[in-house]
Amino acid sequence: MSCAIRAEGLGKRYQIGQLQSGHTTLRDGLLALCRAPLRAARRRAAAAQRDNEIWALNNATFEIKAGDVVGLIGRNGAGKSTLLKILSRITEPTCGRAEVNGRVGSLLEVGTGFHAELTGRENIFLYGAILGMHKGEIARKFDEIVEFSQIGKFLDTPVKHYSSGMHMRLAFSVAAHLDPEILLVDEVLAVGDSRFQRKCLNKMEDVAHGGRTIIFVSHNISAITRICQRAISLEEGRIIDDGVAHEVASRYMTRGLGTRALREWSDLRHAPGGDVCRLAAVRVRDHAGTVTDTIDIREAVGIEIEYEVLEDGHILRPDFHLWNDDGIRLFAALDQDQEWRRRRRPAGRFVSTGWIPGNFLAEGHFFADVNICVLDPEISLVRESSVVSFQVVDSMEGDSSRGDFGGHFAGVVRPKLHWTTDYSLAESMVS
Amino acid sequence: MSTVVQPTTIIQPTIGWGSPNIGELWAHRDLVYFLIWRDIKVRYKQTVLGAGWAVMQPVLTMAVFSLFFGKLVKVPSDGLPYALFTYVGLVPWTFVANGLMQASNSLVGSSNLLTKVYFPRLAIPVAAVIAGALDFVFAFSLVFGMMLYYHVAPGAYIVFVPVFVLLSVLVALGVSLWLSALHVQYRDVKYILPFFLQFWMFATPIAYPSSLLHEPWRTLYAINPMVGAVEGLRWSLLGTNTAPGAMVLVSAVIAILLLAGGAYYFRRMERTFADVV
Repeated sequence: MSCAIRAEGLGKRYQIGQLQSGHTTLRDGLLALCRAPLRAARRRAAAAQRDNEIWALNNATFEIKAGDVVGLIGRNGAGKSTLLKILSRITEPTCGRAEVNGRVGSLLEVGTGFHAELTGRENIFLYGAILGMHKGEIARKFDEIVEFSQIGKFLDTPVKHYSSGMHMRLAFSVAAHLDPEILLVDEVLAVGDSRFQRKCLNKMEDVAHGGRTIIFVSHNISAITRICQRAISLEEGRIIDDGVAHEVASRYMTRGLGTRALREWSDLRHAPGGDVCRLAAVRVRDHAGTVTDTIDIREAVGIEIEYEVLEDGHILRPDFHLWNDDGIRLFAALDQDQEWRRRRRPAGRFVSTGWIPGNFLAEGHFFADVNICVLDPEISLVRESSVVSFQVVDSMEGDSSRGDFGGHFAGVVRPKLHWTTDYSLAESMVS
Repeated sequence: MSTVVQPTTIIQPTIGWGSPNIGELWAHRDLVYFLIWRDIKVRYKQTVLGAGWAVMQPVLTMAVFSLFFGKLVKVPSDGLPYALFTYVGLVPWTFVANGLMQASNSLVGSSNLLTKVYFPRLAIPVAAVIAGALDFVFAFSLVFGMMLYYHVAPGAYIVFVPVFVLLSVLVALGVSLWLSALHVQYRDVKYILPFFLQFWMFATPIAYPSSLLHEPWRTLYAINPMVGAVEGLRWSLLGTNTAPGAMVLVSAVIAILLLAGGAYYFRRMERTFADVV
């Protein structure tokens, strides 16, 4: 396999001031000019100013083979977008070198090249040209682009009359038909409704299967593990991890940089709750009891609620509600432990854990709200929303509810059902 | 196995000034074409008069100049009808001035593109200047109508008209590259530009002839490259006997220096556009 991208020691330095204020004024320029004679004397002071520099990307060295689909993960400001901007030549690196073999297409926020006054038809040509297509090439793919975008009869309407969904669809269709050898994608899925996001994701999977090299940045870790074979993890401008996508993703998660599997209140006096009881900690545990925010889809996941009862003699009921990242509340689960149900509790530490079975949740991110109520009469003591979150991943080994299906899988839950099959010879064949 | 040779791009920091990437601009000529087409289309769609503005602007200025400078102050006009004399100067000037106005703001105006997509940045100011060519054609066609009206027949020198049009284009491009790149860094450009254009117009022999000056001052005067463009156009079109040879030469040299300098300056600033804009 030939090499699509080879980067050696790529780095990008920004002045913090430059990042904050952006452009300077002529006045600043003139002042700097007047001060030039003094500059030598100030050079030493300037060295101290180095503190004002940040390396948005620092010494990035990696190789990407042609046909690889690589995900970039990391927190905001970790350098993912800077790396994409350097590879797509939007900005020059401060140091280092990269060799890029093949035409590069970048989808950094689709649709920025649209002009509101022009019609859909006109914008297809304009945006196509901005992305680097030739006129003949756009004309050749024109019907395909229109077909994919589903804007049909609005083709000759100015784009300013489009809904935001139509706008997005058209923009993505043009970009998706660019057919570059290397595709750089930054958070395209962060926009548009979830149906459209899914369509984009599917299109990207098609492109990935078509043997293109893709570098994909997303906060949506499950999108990365689904599309990419390999992932690179960045932190403070440096590459800190590089390897098989779902392994890198899970290490990234357990590093506590993305979702939160653990929430603790060290000072109980300021913890949520009141005089009767206060919340001490909420944890997400896997089947082995490890606190983690990445859960194998086949395994059970426990939501552990630790709280301190400060006053004797109350009947308490902890519960949690589970939400997915589309904002759908999947269910609520009330503590049904027979031992403590309807029983007045003494003061002390309690740990209640509710186990969600394996092969039940779909892939994706989940958030838990935690509540503790006192019963008789029912009063809510603790009410914390999105205290912990975790993600469910499918390692695609074929024994989940997916079976051997690798594509987009709909549904908010994904139970693995017991299937039966009856077989008999067809009537016509008996005789 | 496909035998298509894939282009290899080397990405690394530019050392020193770097050289303008004209080849890349040529490779993206379709983009330049669509940007020009967009500018023209949008302007003609949004304005009621459309092409009318292209003619109105120099015609109205001509009317004002004819009244004040021609009738009241009685500025000489090399023996030509004053209106025709000043209009022939106004047409290239309007092209250059509008080009600078559009181009100087072009990069800042497309900041969302600069930070999201790569393409040769030169395409933006270049397209902004060239988009004015259509206006120029409309305004220029009126010159022939006026020549007919005033019974001024063009001589054989009319074949040189394209040379002087080209000179105007070079001036507009050169200054545009400087201004558009400066504007990304210094937003003051927006405020300075109107004054700058006003001064420049009066420093150009539009309302008056350069024959008011004697040699060697006249040749020195052509350091303003628009002097050569305007006087040259008058000479080739209206047959003024100012014989602008030396002036045109000086202006052409200055225009080429401006353009080359602008291209290098643009190349130098281009790397930080996406970070600064």
